[in-house]
Amino acid sequence: MTTMTYPLRDSRTMLRRNVRRMLRYPSLTVMLVGLPVVFLLLFVFVFGGTLGSGLGGPAAGLTGRAAYANYVVPGILLMTIAGAVQGTAISIAMDMTEGIVARFRTMSISRASVLTGHVIGSLIQVFVGLVSVTAVALAVGFRPGAGVGGWLGAIGLLVLAGLAMIWLAVALGLKAKSVETASNTPMILMLLPFLSSGFVPTDSMPTLLRWFAEYQPFTPVIETLRALLSGTPVGTTGVVAVGWCVVIAGAGYLWSRRLYERASIRPRG
Amino acid sequence: MSTNRSDAVRVIGLRKSFGTEVVLDDIDLTVPAGSIFALLGPNGAGKTTTVHILTTLLPADGGTVRIAGHDLTDEPDAARRAIGVTGQFSAVDNLLTGAENLVLMADLLHLDRAEGRRRAAELLERFDLVDAANRAPATYSGGMRRKLDLAMTLIGDPQVIFLDEPTTGLDPRTRRMMWEAIRDLAASGVTIFLTTQYLEEADELADRIALLDQGRIVAEGTAAELKRMIPGGHISVRFATPVALTAAAGVFTRGRRDDETLTLQIPADGGVGSLRAVLDGLDAVRVQPDELTVHSPDLDDVFLSLTGRPRAATDAPAKEAVR
Repeated sequence: MTTMTYPLRDSRTMLRRNVRRMLRYPSLTVMLVGLPVVFLLLFVFVFGGTLGSGLGGPAAGLTGRAAYANYVVPGILLMTIAGAVQGTAISIAMDMTEGIVARFRTMSISRASVLTGHVIGSLIQVFVGLVSVTAVALAVGFRPGAGVGGWLGAIGLLVLAGLAMIWLAVALGLKAKSVETASNTPMILMLLPFLSSGFVPTDSMPTLLRWFAEYQPFTPVIETLRALLSGTPVGTTGVVAVGWCVVIAGAGYLWSRRLYERASIRPRG
Repeated sequence: MSTNRSDAVRVIGLRKSFGTEVVLDDIDLTVPAGSIFALLGPNGAGKTTTVHILTTLLPADGGTVRIAGHDLTDEPDAARRAIGVTGQFSAVDNLLTGAENLVLMADLLHLDRAEGRRRAAELLERFDLVDAANRAPATYSGGMRRKLDLAMTLIGDPQVIFLDEPTTGLDPRTRRMMWEAIRDLAASGVTIFLTTQYLEEADELADRIALLDQGRIVAEGTAAELKRMIPGGHISVRFATPVALTAAAGVFTRGRRDDETLTLQIPADGGVGSLRAVLDGLDAVRVQPDELTVHSPDLDDVFLSLTGRPRAATDAPAKEAVR
């Protein structure tokens, strides 16, 4: 063997490890995917009739519950990502507390592969979650008007938003002193969609909240996603949405790398 | 000390601090290839930090380290390929099975897939883990986890193996088994660098032992050489009155008297003969001891003699003469 390292092969090995762990203990995945489904059903069937009437005029010829189903799905999809990355933070924190990462670090393997394996594994998990939630959404009345281009754009944006939240969760998982902290900190990502245009239009909110909702990153991403899925023009929000995702993904990546490089090697907890 | 090509581990002037706390203070170590070396010391002496630096987990603040001929700063990856590490806390993936853990290691070592599986099966057999191969380590006993951990270390055929307190917390039977495994490894030509808190373990396994205390090597040598530095045990006798203490101290002139606790520490090897001699001596002056304890020599004595007193080297032979 030469002094060459095998970043690709190592990342693949790590990915295989993460997928195997996911498949063996699916309860976490099921729980993280289950929560957005519950929210979807709750918002469509319980609040949907009233909220849909309050949306202000028929959208794509739909009113009430049917209109609200179309309105709420983008927000629920982002919530699905936010839920799934909680799993990322938890498994990263578990790795760091269990000493196995210390072993990896004494081996001649690509340093980045440990994190890469987690990120790609999480992306798969996010994708599975998004597909399941979309399937349920379609079953309960979600009627997207998007063409092929709209769908591709939506998938692209979801992947980008997924990467942003995953890298952020990786950093939070590395930063957490215990698995419990790691599972709690990303919870804020689950709450942020509520304080955006995900569930109700922002102009129905009180001034201060509206100001927050309009400037926080979830809103442009949700607005863009909604436009892409309904087949309406995206406009400049699309640029803002992509900008936010790139910035958060980049910052999360750099932060994670720094934390990983100088991560405590003493098992914690 | 001269540089020898066949040294598996060579450490010169190693220093490490955490903040203002100096953890390792100018450590020099040399481990010839194929030998067993024990770093012996109490908790907090700096053993684990040493292992962490030698296994590239922590950067050193100063000094040079060469592992299997590779400088850790210049060629860390070459050094990593030469070593295997079993830490103090088991480094296994608890969600994978035992066999999957081994295959994971084989994959990360870039072994051929079939070769990796063959070696995994071989190691499961060797460590008596075949029945547990398809279970998660969460269901293993402490000893089984340690064995799996060691098997994972061995899958890449390392030249130098670091074992950080390999038997701490194990029952005596598993400890013996680990010792056996370590000896077998050394016999096959692998260099072993282990840390331990147990004098007995170092004595049992190591060709050379270094005593680490508060980040400094306070003594180094073979087990026999070190034992000569250890003062013997003693019998501690407590009396009810100062008068009795004085009377006893008159008999055992080599004893160390402590007027505050009314005790006399009499050097003794801890055997029945020495105990009888003490009782006979006390009888002769008609003194009844209040309390009597026999203290066998242990690691505490080594550290006491090597670090607690400034003139340890001249003190120890004096005690030797008493026996």
